[in-house]
Amino acid sequence: MTAITTLDNPTPTRRDFLYLATGAVGVVGAAAAIWPLVSQMSPDASTLAASSTEVDISGIAPGQILTVKWRGKPIFVSHRTPPEIEAVRAVPLSELKDPATDQSRVEKPEWLVVIGICTHLGCVPLKNDGPFKDGGFFCPCHGSVYDQSGRIRQGPAPANLAVPPYKFASDTKLTIG
Amino acid sequence: MSGHSTYVPKHPAAKWLESRLPILGLMHSSFIVFPNPRNLNYWWTFGGILSFMLVSQIITGVVLAMHYTPDSALAFDSVEHIMRDVNYGWLLRYWHATGASMYFFAIYIHIFRGMYYGSYKAPREVLWLLGFIIYLLSMATAFMGYVLPWGQMSFWGATVITSLFSAIPVVGDAITTWLWGGYSVDNATLNRFFSLHYLLPFMIAGVVVLHIWALHVPGSNNPAGIEKKTDKDTLSFHPYFTAKDGFAIACFLVFYAWFAFYIPNYLGHADNYIEANPLKTPPHIVPEWYYLPFYAILRSIPSKLGGFLAMFGAVLILAALPWLDTSKVKSGSYRPLFRIFFWVFVLDAVLLGYIGSKPPEGVYVMAGRILTAYYFIHFLVILPLLSRFEKTKPLPASIADAVLEKTKSSSPALAG
Repeated sequence: MTAITTLDNPTPTRRDFLYLATGAVGVVGAAAAIWPLVSQMSPDASTLAASSTEVDISGIAPGQILTVKWRGKPIFVSHRTPPEIEAVRAVPLSELKDPATDQSRVEKPEWLVVIGICTHLGCVPLKNDGPFKDGGFFCPCHGSVYDQSGRIRQGPAPANLAVPPYKFASDTKLTIG
Repeated sequence: MSGHSTYVPKHPAAKWLESRLPILGLMHSSFIVFPNPRNLNYWWTFGGILSFMLVSQIITGVVLAMHYTPDSALAFDSVEHIMRDVNYGWLLRYWHATGASMYFFAIYIHIFRGMYYGSYKAPREVLWLLGFIIYLLSMATAFMGYVLPWGQMSFWGATVITSLFSAIPVVGDAITTWLWGGYSVDNATLNRFFSLHYLLPFMIAGVVVLHIWALHVPGSNNPAGIEKKTDKDTLSFHPYFTAKDGFAIACFLVFYAWFAFYIPNYLGHADNYIEANPLKTPPHIVPEWYYLPFYAILRSIPSKLGGFLAMFGAVLILAALPWLDTSKVKSGSYRPLFRIFFWVFVLDAVLLGYIGSKPPEGVYVMAGRILTAYYFIHFLVILPLLSRFEKTKPLPASIADAVLEKTKSSSPALAG
Protein backbone atom coordinates (compact mmCIF):
# COMPACT_ATOMS: atom_id res chain seq x y z
CA MET A 1 0.00 0.00 0.00
CA THR A 2 1.57 3.30 -1.07
CA ALA A 3 1.59 6.21 1.32
CA ILE A 4 0.10 8.82 -1.00
CA THR A 5 -3.58 9.03 -1.88
CA THR A 6 -3.85 9.80 -5.57
CA LEU A 7 -6.38 9.32 -8.34
CA ASP A 8 -4.82 5.94 -9.06
CA ASN A 9 -4.84 4.93 -5.40
CA PRO A 10 -7.88 6.49 -3.73
CA THR A 11 -7.86 4.49 -0.49
CA PRO A 12 -7.42 6.96 2.37
CA THR A 13 -4.24 6.31 4.24
CA ARG A 14 -3.28 6.72 7.86
CA ARG A 15 -1.48 9.91 6.86
CA ASP A 16 -4.68 11.31 5.33
CA PHE A 17 -6.56 10.56 8.52
CA LEU A 18 -3.88 12.23 10.62
CA TYR A 19 -3.82 15.34 8.41
CA LEU A 20 -7.61 15.61 8.58
CA ALA A 21 -7.78 15.06 12.34
CA THR A 22 -4.97 17.53 13.01
CA GLY A 23 -6.58 20.06 10.70
CA ALA A 24 -9.91 19.70 12.47
CA VAL A 25 -8.36 20.20 15.90
CA GLY A 26 -6.43 23.14 14.48
CA VAL A 27 -9.64 24.77 13.23
CA VAL A 28 -11.29 24.34 16.63
CA GLY A 29 -8.18 25.79 18.30
CA ALA A 30 -8.11 28.75 15.92
CA ALA A 31 -11.81 29.44 16.53
CA ALA A 32 -11.27 29.27 20.30
CA ALA A 33 -8.38 31.70 20.02
CA ILE A 34 -10.23 34.13 17.78
CA TRP A 35 -13.53 34.14 19.70
CA PRO A 36 -12.37 36.35 22.65
CA LEU A 37 -10.83 38.81 20.19
CA VAL A 38 -14.20 39.17 18.46
CA SER A 39 -16.33 39.08 21.59
CA GLN A 40 -14.39 41.82 23.36
CA MET A 41 -15.88 44.37 20.95
CA SER A 42 -19.45 43.48 21.94
CA PRO A 43 -21.05 45.64 24.64
CA ASP A 44 -19.29 45.00 27.94
CA ALA A 45 -20.88 44.32 31.34
CA SER A 46 -21.02 47.98 32.36
CA THR A 47 -22.76 48.94 29.11
CA LEU A 48 -25.21 46.06 29.48
CA ALA A 49 -25.92 47.18 33.05
CA ALA A 50 -26.73 50.62 31.74
CA SER A 51 -29.08 49.05 29.19
CA SER A 52 -32.08 49.57 31.40
CA THR A 53 -33.05 52.76 33.19
CA GLU A 54 -35.46 53.33 36.07
CA VAL A 55 -37.55 56.50 36.12
CA ASP A 56 -39.46 57.87 39.10
CA ILE A 57 -42.66 59.18 37.51
CA SER A 58 -44.36 60.37 40.71
CA GLY A 59 -43.10 63.92 40.15
CA ILE A 60 -44.44 64.32 36.62
CA ALA A 61 -47.62 66.41 36.70
CA PRO A 62 -50.42 65.88 34.16
CA GLY A 63 -49.53 67.80 30.99
CA GLN A 64 -45.80 67.55 31.74
CA ILE A 65 -43.32 65.68 29.57
CA LEU A 66 -40.04 64.50 31.16
CA THR A 67 -36.91 63.72 29.10
CA VAL A 68 -34.67 60.93 30.42
CA LYS A 69 -31.62 59.24 28.90
CA TRP A 70 -31.81 55.57 27.99
CA ARG A 71 -28.98 53.81 26.11
CA GLY A 72 -27.65 57.18 25.16
CA LYS A 73 -30.94 58.28 23.62
CA PRO A 74 -33.58 60.82 24.87
CA ILE A 75 -36.87 59.28 26.02
CA PHE A 76 -40.01 61.41 26.34
CA VAL A 77 -42.16 60.32 29.31
CA SER A 78 -45.45 62.17 28.86
CA HIS A 79 -48.14 62.34 31.58
CA ARG A 80 -51.21 62.84 29.36
CA THR A 81 -54.40 64.60 30.45
CA PRO A 82 -57.86 63.11 29.64
CA PRO A 83 -58.55 65.73 26.90
CA GLU A 84 -55.26 64.79 25.22
CA ILE A 85 -56.07 61.07 25.38
CA GLU A 86 -59.57 61.65 23.98
CA ALA A 87 -58.30 63.84 21.15
CA VAL A 88 -55.63 61.42 20.07
CA ARG A 89 -57.95 58.40 20.14
CA ALA A 90 -60.56 60.17 18.01
CA VAL A 91 -58.21 60.39 14.99
CA PRO A 92 -59.24 58.08 12.10
CA LEU A 93 -56.38 55.78 10.99
CA SER A 94 -56.82 56.86 7.35
CA GLU A 95 -55.40 60.30 8.27
CA LEU A 96 -52.11 58.80 9.46
CA LYS A 97 -48.97 58.39 7.33
CA ASP A 98 -47.84 55.55 9.63
CA PRO A 99 -51.19 54.14 10.85
CA ALA A 100 -51.26 52.90 14.42
CA THR A 101 -53.90 53.11 17.15
CA ASP A 102 -52.98 54.98 20.30
CA GLN A 103 -53.95 51.91 22.32
CA SER A 104 -51.23 49.88 20.54
CA ARG A 105 -48.59 52.41 21.51
CA VAL A 106 -49.22 52.70 25.28
CA GLU A 107 -49.54 50.38 28.28
CA LYS A 108 -51.53 52.83 30.43
CA PRO A 109 -53.48 55.55 28.61
CA GLU A 110 -52.13 58.39 30.76
CA TRP A 111 -48.47 57.54 30.11
CA LEU A 112 -46.81 57.91 26.68
CA VAL A 113 -43.21 56.63 26.52
CA VAL A 114 -41.43 57.24 23.20
CA ILE A 115 -37.88 57.63 21.93
CA GLY A 116 -37.35 61.37 21.38
CA ILE A 117 -35.58 61.06 18.04
CA CYS A 118 -37.27 62.36 14.91
CA THR A 119 -37.63 59.50 12.41
CA HIS A 120 -36.64 61.84 9.57
CA LEU A 121 -32.95 62.63 10.15
CA GLY A 122 -32.49 62.19 13.90
CA CYS A 123 -33.01 65.57 15.57
CA VAL A 124 -34.61 65.75 19.04
CA PRO A 125 -38.11 67.26 18.64
CA LEU A 126 -39.48 70.01 20.90
CA LYS A 127 -42.06 68.93 23.49
CA ASN A 128 -45.53 70.50 23.86
CA ASP A 129 -44.87 72.35 20.64
CA GLY A 130 -46.21 72.67 17.13
CA PRO A 131 -49.84 72.26 15.96
CA PHE A 132 -50.49 69.78 18.80
CA LYS A 133 -49.30 72.19 21.47
CA ASP A 134 -50.66 70.13 24.37
CA GLY A 135 -48.88 66.80 24.51
CA GLY A 136 -47.55 66.81 20.93
CA PHE A 137 -44.07 67.30 19.45
CA PHE A 138 -42.54 69.51 16.77
CA CYS A 139 -39.19 68.93 15.11
CA PRO A 140 -37.59 72.29 14.28
CA CYS A 141 -35.08 70.80 11.82
CA HIS A 142 -37.44 70.11 8.93
CA GLY A 143 -40.91 70.72 10.40
CA SER A 144 -42.14 67.24 11.26
CA VAL A 145 -45.22 67.31 13.50
CA TYR A 146 -46.11 64.52 15.96
CA ASP A 147 -49.43 64.20 17.88
CA GLN A 148 -50.09 63.35 21.53
CA SER A 149 -49.39 59.70 20.73
CA GLY A 150 -46.07 60.49 19.05
CA ARG A 151 -47.50 59.69 15.61
CA ILE A 152 -46.32 61.55 12.53
CA ARG A 153 -49.02 63.93 11.29
CA GLN A 154 -47.22 66.47 9.06
CA GLY A 155 -43.77 66.91 7.62
CA PRO A 156 -41.10 64.72 6.01
CA ALA A 157 -40.64 62.11 8.77
CA PRO A 158 -41.73 58.67 7.49
CA ALA A 159 -42.66 56.98 10.76
CA ASN A 160 -44.08 57.51 14.22
CA LEU A 161 -41.76 58.15 17.18
CA ALA A 162 -40.47 54.73 18.22
CA VAL A 163 -41.75 53.09 21.40
CA PRO A 164 -38.96 51.53 23.52
CA PRO A 165 -39.53 48.40 25.58
CA TYR A 166 -40.78 49.43 29.02
CA LYS A 167 -42.87 48.28 31.95
CA PHE A 168 -44.29 49.72 35.14
CA ALA A 169 -42.33 48.35 38.11
CA SER A 170 -44.92 50.10 40.29
CA ASP A 171 -47.33 53.03 40.03
CA THR A 172 -44.46 55.44 40.59
CA LYS A 173 -41.62 53.61 38.89
CA LEU A 174 -41.08 53.06 35.18
CA THR A 175 -38.38 50.66 33.92
CA ILE A 176 -37.24 51.35 30.37
CA GLY A 177 -35.35 48.56 28.59
CA MET B 1 17.50 37.68 -0.65
CA SER B 2 20.25 36.02 -2.64
CA GLY B 3 19.01 35.72 -6.22
CA HIS B 4 15.56 35.20 -7.68
CA SER B 5 13.24 32.54 -6.41
CA THR B 6 12.66 29.29 -8.25
CA TYR B 7 8.93 29.58 -7.71
CA VAL B 8 6.79 28.98 -10.79
CA PRO B 9 3.12 29.59 -10.11
CA LYS B 10 0.55 27.28 -11.67
CA HIS B 11 -2.74 29.04 -11.01
CA PRO B 12 -3.50 31.91 -13.46
CA ALA B 13 -4.29 34.29 -10.57
CA ALA B 14 -0.97 33.44 -8.96
CA LYS B 15 0.83 34.00 -12.28
CA TRP B 16 -0.88 37.39 -12.65
CA LEU B 17 0.16 38.54 -9.18
CA GLU B 18 3.66 37.12 -9.38
CA SER B 19 4.44 38.99 -12.60
CA ARG B 20 3.37 42.27 -11.01
CA LEU B 21 4.68 41.85 -7.44
CA PRO B 22 6.73 38.71 -6.85
CA ILE B 23 5.60 38.33 -3.26
CA LEU B 24 4.54 34.71 -3.61
CA GLY B 25 7.99 33.87 -4.90
CA LEU B 26 9.53 35.80 -2.02
CA MET B 27 7.47 33.84 0.53
CA HIS B 28 8.33 30.62 -1.27
CA SER B 29 12.07 31.21 -1.38
CA SER B 30 12.24 32.56 2.19
CA PHE B 31 9.96 30.22 4.08
CA ILE B 32 9.28 27.14 1.97
CA VAL B 33 12.44 26.06 0.13
CA PHE B 34 15.02 28.04 2.09
CA PRO B 35 17.91 25.71 3.03
CA ASN B 36 18.56 25.36 6.76
CA PRO B 37 21.41 23.40 8.31
CA ARG B 38 20.12 19.94 9.09
CA ASN B 39 21.80 19.86 12.52
CA LEU B 40 19.80 22.72 14.08
CA ASN B 41 18.68 21.98 17.63
CA TYR B 42 15.73 23.38 19.55
CA TRP B 43 17.67 26.48 20.65
CA TRP B 44 17.08 27.58 17.04
CA THR B 45 13.31 27.63 17.43
CA PHE B 46 13.26 30.78 19.52
CA GLY B 47 13.39 33.13 16.55
CA GLY B 48 10.09 31.69 15.37
CA ILE B 49 8.76 31.82 18.91
CA LEU B 50 9.71 35.51 19.12
CA SER B 51 7.96 36.29 15.83
CA PHE B 52 4.85 34.58 17.17
CA MET B 53 5.13 36.53 20.44
CA LEU B 54 5.46 39.87 18.63
CA VAL B 55 2.28 39.19 16.66
CA SER B 56 0.51 38.00 19.82
CA GLN B 57 1.48 41.13 21.74
CA ILE B 58 0.44 43.41 18.88
CA ILE B 59 -2.97 41.76 18.48
CA THR B 60 -3.77 41.70 22.21
CA GLY B 61 -2.34 45.20 22.58
CA VAL B 62 -4.43 46.72 19.79
CA VAL B 63 -7.53 45.10 21.25
CA LEU B 64 -6.73 46.33 24.79
CA ALA B 65 -6.25 49.83 23.38
CA MET B 66 -9.93 49.77 22.38
CA HIS B 67 -10.83 49.84 26.07
CA TYR B 68 -7.91 51.59 27.80
CA THR B 69 -7.94 55.33 28.63
CA PRO B 70 -4.48 56.98 28.82
CA ASP B 71 -5.50 59.80 31.16
CA SER B 72 -3.84 59.79 34.60
CA ALA B 73 -7.21 60.26 36.32
CA LEU B 74 -8.84 57.38 34.43
CA ALA B 75 -6.08 54.94 33.43
CA PHE B 76 -6.07 52.74 36.54
CA ASP B 77 -9.85 52.44 36.51
CA SER B 78 -9.92 51.69 32.80
CA VAL B 79 -7.62 48.71 33.39
CA GLU B 80 -9.96 47.47 36.13
CA HIS B 81 -12.86 48.05 33.73
CA ILE B 82 -11.06 45.80 31.25
CA MET B 83 -10.53 43.18 33.93
CA ARG B 84 -14.14 43.24 35.16
CA ASP B 85 -16.50 44.49 32.46
CA VAL B 86 -15.01 43.88 29.02
CA ASN B 87 -15.86 40.47 27.53
CA TYR B 88 -12.73 38.32 28.03
CA GLY B 89 -10.96 41.48 29.22
CA TRP B 90 -9.32 39.56 32.06
CA LEU B 91 -7.90 37.10 29.52
CA LEU B 92 -6.65 39.79 27.13
CA ARG B 93 -4.97 41.73 29.94
CA TYR B 94 -3.30 38.72 31.54
CA TRP B 95 -2.24 37.31 28.14
CA HIS B 96 -0.66 40.65 27.21
CA ALA B 97 1.05 41.19 30.58
CA THR B 98 2.44 37.66 30.92
CA GLY B 99 3.21 37.83 27.20
CA ALA B 100 5.71 40.59 27.81
CA SER B 101 7.57 38.35 30.27
CA MET B 102 7.40 35.40 27.86
CA TYR B 103 8.73 37.60 25.06
CA PHE B 104 11.77 38.51 27.18
CA PHE B 105 12.25 34.93 28.32
CA ALA B 106 12.45 33.95 24.65
CA ILE B 107 14.66 36.87 23.70
CA TYR B 108 17.23 36.03 26.38
CA ILE B 109 17.37 32.38 25.28
CA HIS B 110 17.70 33.61 21.67
CA ILE B 111 20.57 35.95 22.66
CA PHE B 112 22.35 33.33 24.78
CA ARG B 113 22.05 30.86 21.89
CA GLY B 114 23.81 33.46 19.72
CA MET B 115 26.52 33.97 22.31
CA TYR B 116 27.22 30.26 22.81
CA TYR B 117 27.29 29.27 19.14
CA GLY B 118 29.06 32.39 17.85
CA SER B 119 26.12 33.46 15.70
CA TYR B 120 27.34 37.05 15.99
CA LYS B 121 30.59 36.32 14.13
CA ALA B 122 31.36 37.11 10.50
CA PRO B 123 29.43 37.22 8.20
CA ARG B 124 26.52 37.73 10.62
CA GLU B 125 27.63 40.94 12.40
CA VAL B 126 24.83 43.09 10.93
CA LEU B 127 22.31 40.39 11.82
CA TRP B 128 23.56 40.62 15.41
CA LEU B 129 23.39 44.44 15.42
CA LEU B 130 19.83 44.40 14.07
CA GLY B 131 18.95 41.97 16.84
CA PHE B 132 20.50 44.35 19.31
CA ILE B 133 18.32 47.18 17.98
CA ILE B 134 15.25 44.96 18.33
CA TYR B 135 16.25 44.23 21.93
CA LEU B 136 16.61 47.97 22.71
CA LEU B 137 13.26 48.80 21.11
CA SER B 138 11.66 45.94 23.03
CA MET B 139 13.02 47.19 26.34
CA ALA B 140 11.68 50.69 25.60
CA THR B 141 8.31 49.27 24.59
CA ALA B 142 7.96 47.12 27.70
CA PHE B 143 9.06 49.96 29.96
CA MET B 144 6.38 52.27 28.56
CA GLY B 145 3.78 49.51 28.59
CA TYR B 146 4.34 48.92 32.29
CA VAL B 147 3.64 52.61 33.03
CA LEU B 148 0.18 52.49 31.40
CA PRO B 149 -1.81 50.85 34.24
CA TRP B 150 -0.69 53.81 36.37
CA GLY B 151 -0.11 51.78 39.51
CA GLN B 152 2.49 52.60 42.15
CA MET B 153 5.21 50.63 40.41
CA SER B 154 4.21 52.08 37.04
CA PHE B 155 4.59 55.61 38.35
CA TRP B 156 7.67 55.17 40.50
CA GLY B 157 9.51 52.95 38.04
CA ALA B 158 8.86 55.63 35.41
CA THR B 159 10.10 58.32 37.80
CA VAL B 160 13.33 56.47 38.64
CA ILE B 161 14.23 55.61 35.06
CA THR B 162 13.31 58.95 33.49
CA SER B 163 15.13 60.78 36.30
CA LEU B 164 18.31 59.00 35.25
CA PHE B 165 18.56 61.36 32.32
CA SER B 166 19.13 64.25 34.73
CA ALA B 167 22.54 62.67 35.39
CA ILE B 168 23.70 63.89 31.99
CA PRO B 169 25.87 66.93 32.58
CA VAL B 170 24.73 70.40 31.41
CA VAL B 171 21.62 69.30 29.48
CA GLY B 172 20.36 66.55 31.81
CA ASP B 173 17.60 68.52 33.55
CA ALA B 174 16.35 70.05 30.32
CA ILE B 175 16.17 66.62 28.69
CA THR B 176 14.30 65.18 31.64
CA THR B 177 11.74 67.99 31.66
CA TRP B 178 11.28 67.51 27.91
CA LEU B 179 10.80 63.76 28.38
CA TRP B 180 8.26 64.30 31.14
CA GLY B 181 6.38 67.09 29.39
CA GLY B 182 6.22 68.67 32.82
CA TYR B 183 7.99 68.89 36.16
CA SER B 184 7.41 65.26 37.07
CA VAL B 185 5.97 62.07 35.63
CA ASP B 186 2.34 63.06 35.11
CA ASN B 187 -0.55 62.99 32.63
CA ALA B 188 1.58 64.38 29.79
CA THR B 189 4.09 61.58 30.28
CA LEU B 190 1.41 58.91 30.38
CA ASN B 191 -0.22 60.11 27.15
CA ARG B 192 3.01 60.15 25.18
CA PHE B 193 4.04 56.75 26.58
CA PHE B 194 0.74 55.32 25.32
CA SER B 195 1.30 56.74 21.86
CA LEU B 196 4.88 55.46 21.70
CA HIS B 197 4.00 52.08 23.22
CA TYR B 198 1.50 51.60 20.35
CA LEU B 199 4.06 52.81 17.77
CA LEU B 200 7.25 51.00 18.72
CA PRO B 201 6.11 47.39 18.14
CA PHE B 202 5.55 48.28 14.49
CA MET B 203 9.08 49.67 14.36
CA ILE B 204 10.22 46.40 15.90
CA ALA B 205 8.34 44.51 13.18
CA GLY B 206 10.17 46.52 10.55
CA VAL B 207 13.57 45.76 12.07
CA VAL B 208 12.55 42.09 12.33
CA VAL B 209 12.04 42.09 8.55
CA LEU B 210 15.58 43.45 8.15
CA HIS B 211 16.82 40.90 10.70
CA ILE B 212 15.37 38.00 8.67
CA TRP B 213 16.65 39.53 5.44
CA ALA B 214 20.17 39.79 6.93
CA LEU B 215 19.84 36.20 8.16
CA HIS B 216 18.87 34.92 4.74
CA VAL B 217 22.04 36.20 3.11
CA PRO B 218 24.37 33.66 4.72
CA GLY B 219 21.58 31.48 6.12
CA SER B 220 21.33 30.27 9.71
CA ASN B 221 24.32 29.41 11.87
CA ASN B 222 24.21 25.91 13.38
CA PRO B 223 25.41 24.01 16.47
CA ALA B 224 28.69 23.04 14.80
CA GLY B 225 29.39 26.62 13.80
CA ILE B 226 30.60 25.70 10.32
CA GLU B 227 29.01 27.17 7.21
CA LYS B 228 26.93 25.04 4.83
CA LYS B 229 28.83 23.77 1.78
CA THR B 230 26.59 21.39 -0.18
CA ASP B 231 22.93 20.45 -0.39
CA LYS B 232 23.74 17.48 1.82
CA ASP B 233 24.21 19.91 4.69
CA THR B 234 20.72 21.39 4.54
CA LEU B 235 17.02 20.66 4.56
CA SER B 236 14.22 22.83 3.19
CA PHE B 237 12.50 25.07 5.71
CA HIS B 238 9.16 23.49 4.91
CA PRO B 239 8.23 20.91 6.10
CA TYR B 240 11.19 20.20 8.39
CA PHE B 241 11.56 23.48 10.21
CA THR B 242 7.95 24.66 9.92
CA ALA B 243 7.08 21.48 11.80
CA LYS B 244 9.92 21.87 14.31
CA ASP B 245 9.12 25.54 14.95
CA GLY B 246 5.42 24.74 15.13
CA PHE B 247 6.03 22.07 17.76
CA ALA B 248 8.35 24.39 19.71
CA ILE B 249 5.73 27.17 19.65
CA ALA B 250 3.13 24.71 20.92
CA CYS B 251 5.36 23.68 23.83
CA PHE B 252 6.15 27.33 24.53
CA LEU B 253 2.43 28.10 24.57
CA VAL B 254 1.88 25.46 27.22
CA PHE B 255 4.51 27.13 29.40
CA TYR B 256 3.05 30.59 28.61
CA ALA B 257 -0.51 29.45 29.30
CA TRP B 258 0.55 28.03 32.66
CA PHE B 259 1.51 31.53 33.74
CA ALA B 260 -1.38 33.34 32.03
CA PHE B 261 -4.10 31.11 33.47
CA TYR B 262 -2.76 29.79 36.80
CA ILE B 263 -0.27 32.36 38.09
CA PRO B 264 -0.87 35.53 36.04
CA ASN B 265 0.36 37.89 38.75
CA TYR B 266 3.41 35.87 39.77
CA LEU B 267 5.87 37.80 37.63
CA GLY B 268 4.32 41.16 38.47
CA HIS B 269 4.43 43.27 41.59
CA ALA B 270 1.54 43.51 44.09
CA ASP B 271 2.16 47.25 44.53
CA ASN B 272 0.98 47.85 41.00
CA TYR B 273 -2.56 47.12 42.11
CA ILE B 274 -2.36 50.33 44.15
CA GLU B 275 -3.19 53.49 42.24
CA ALA B 276 -0.21 55.78 41.58
CA ASN B 277 0.46 58.22 44.42
CA PRO B 278 3.03 60.91 43.61
CA LEU B 279 3.33 61.72 47.30
CA LYS B 280 4.17 58.24 48.56
CA THR B 281 7.03 56.06 47.32
CA PRO B 282 6.74 52.30 47.83
CA PRO B 283 9.38 50.87 50.22
CA HIS B 284 11.16 48.96 47.43
CA ILE B 285 11.00 50.03 43.81
CA VAL B 286 11.74 47.10 41.53
CA PRO B 287 11.44 46.92 37.75
CA GLU B 288 10.09 43.84 36.00
CA TRP B 289 12.37 40.78 36.18
CA TYR B 290 13.78 41.22 32.68
CA TYR B 291 15.47 44.48 33.67
CA LEU B 292 16.88 43.27 37.01
CA PRO B 293 20.48 42.51 35.93
CA PHE B 294 20.86 45.99 34.47
CA TYR B 295 19.16 47.48 37.52
CA ALA B 296 21.71 45.75 39.73
CA ILE B 297 24.55 47.16 37.65
CA LEU B 298 23.02 50.66 37.86
CA ARG B 299 22.88 50.48 41.64
CA SER B 300 26.36 48.99 42.01
CA ILE B 301 28.09 52.23 41.03
CA PRO B 302 27.85 54.82 43.82
CA SER B 303 27.88 57.80 41.44
CA LYS B 304 24.63 58.86 39.71
CA LEU B 305 26.22 59.48 36.31
CA GLY B 306 28.57 56.53 36.76
CA GLY B 307 25.71 54.15 37.46
CA PHE B 308 23.78 55.45 34.44
CA LEU B 309 26.82 54.96 32.17
CA ALA B 310 27.55 51.52 33.60
CA MET B 311 23.97 50.36 33.02
CA PHE B 312 23.91 51.78 29.50
CA GLY B 313 27.35 50.36 28.83
CA ALA B 314 26.28 46.93 30.03
CA VAL B 315 23.54 46.89 27.38
CA LEU B 316 25.67 48.45 24.64
CA ILE B 317 28.58 46.08 25.13
CA LEU B 318 26.48 43.29 23.63
CA ALA B 319 26.64 45.11 20.32
CA ALA B 320 30.44 45.00 20.42
CA LEU B 321 30.60 41.21 20.76
CA PRO B 322 31.61 40.45 17.14
CA TRP B 323 34.71 42.60 17.65
CA LEU B 324 35.51 41.49 21.19
CA ASP B 325 35.41 37.76 20.49
CA THR B 326 37.49 37.27 17.37
CA SER B 327 38.01 33.50 17.58
CA LYS B 328 37.63 31.94 14.17
CA VAL B 329 35.87 28.98 15.72
CA LYS B 330 32.20 29.90 16.08
CA SER B 331 30.57 27.24 18.20
CA GLY B 332 31.10 26.72 21.90
CA SER B 333 30.89 22.98 21.16
CA TYR B 334 34.46 23.17 19.83
CA ARG B 335 35.75 25.71 22.35
CA PRO B 336 36.12 23.86 25.69
CA LEU B 337 37.55 26.80 27.67
CA PHE B 338 35.08 29.31 26.22
CA ARG B 339 32.27 26.97 27.17
CA ILE B 340 33.19 27.16 30.83
CA PHE B 341 33.39 30.95 30.78
CA PHE B 342 30.09 31.12 28.92
CA TRP B 343 28.26 29.28 31.67
CA VAL B 344 30.03 31.37 34.32
CA PHE B 345 28.71 34.43 32.47
CA VAL B 346 25.19 33.02 32.45
CA LEU B 347 25.47 32.44 36.21
CA ASP B 348 26.79 35.98 36.64
CA ALA B 349 23.82 37.41 34.72
CA VAL B 350 21.28 35.37 36.69
CA LEU B 351 22.91 36.33 40.02
CA LEU B 352 22.92 39.99 38.95
CA GLY B 353 19.21 39.61 38.37
CA TYR B 354 18.80 38.21 41.85
CA ILE B 355 20.77 41.12 43.33
CA GLY B 356 18.57 43.53 41.37
CA SER B 357 15.52 42.13 43.12
CA LYS B 358 16.97 42.71 46.57
CA PRO B 359 17.21 46.00 48.45
CA PRO B 360 20.65 47.59 48.00
CA GLU B 361 21.75 46.82 51.55
CA GLY B 362 24.30 44.70 53.42
CA VAL B 363 26.04 41.87 51.59
CA TYR B 364 23.99 42.50 48.42
CA VAL B 365 25.92 45.70 47.74
CA MET B 366 29.39 44.08 47.65
CA ALA B 367 28.03 41.05 45.79
CA GLY B 368 26.46 43.35 43.20
CA ARG B 369 29.76 45.19 42.67
CA ILE B 370 31.74 41.99 42.21
CA LEU B 371 29.19 40.58 39.77
CA THR B 372 29.10 43.89 37.86
CA ALA B 373 32.89 43.93 37.59
CA TYR B 374 32.88 40.34 36.35
CA TYR B 375 30.22 41.16 33.75
CA PHE B 376 32.47 43.71 32.10
CA ILE B 377 35.60 41.58 32.60
CA HIS B 378 33.90 38.77 30.67
CA PHE B 379 33.39 40.95 27.61
CA LEU B 380 36.44 43.20 27.74
CA VAL B 381 39.12 40.84 29.07
CA ILE B 382 38.14 37.19 28.96
CA LEU B 383 36.65 36.98 25.47
CA PRO B 384 39.50 38.82 23.69
CA LEU B 385 42.08 36.72 25.59
CA LEU B 386 40.27 33.50 24.76
CA SER B 387 40.27 34.43 21.09
CA ARG B 388 44.03 34.73 21.22
CA PHE B 389 45.10 31.85 23.44
CA GLU B 390 42.38 29.22 23.45
CA LYS B 391 43.05 25.78 22.08
CA THR B 392 39.99 24.74 20.12
CA LYS B 393 38.88 21.24 19.15
CA PRO B 394 39.20 20.16 15.52
CA LEU B 395 36.14 21.06 13.45
CA PRO B 396 34.22 18.52 11.39
CA ALA B 397 34.65 18.78 7.61
CA SER B 398 31.00 19.67 6.98
CA ILE B 399 27.62 19.91 8.64
CA ALA B 400 26.65 16.56 7.17
CA ASP B 401 29.79 15.07 8.71
CA ALA B 402 28.95 16.65 12.06
CA VAL B 403 25.54 14.95 11.93
CA LEU B 404 27.03 11.61 10.91
CA GLU B 405 29.66 11.87 13.62
CA LYS B 406 26.89 12.09 16.18
CA THR B 407 25.02 9.09 14.84
CA LYS B 408 28.23 7.13 14.57
CA SER B 409 29.07 7.70 18.23
CA SER B 410 25.57 6.87 19.50
CA SER B 411 24.81 3.82 17.33
CA PRO B 412 27.78 2.33 15.50
CA ALA B 413 25.63 -0.32 13.82
CA LEU B 414 23.63 2.29 11.84
CA ALA B 415 26.64 4.27 10.50
CA GLY B 416 27.60 4.13 6.84
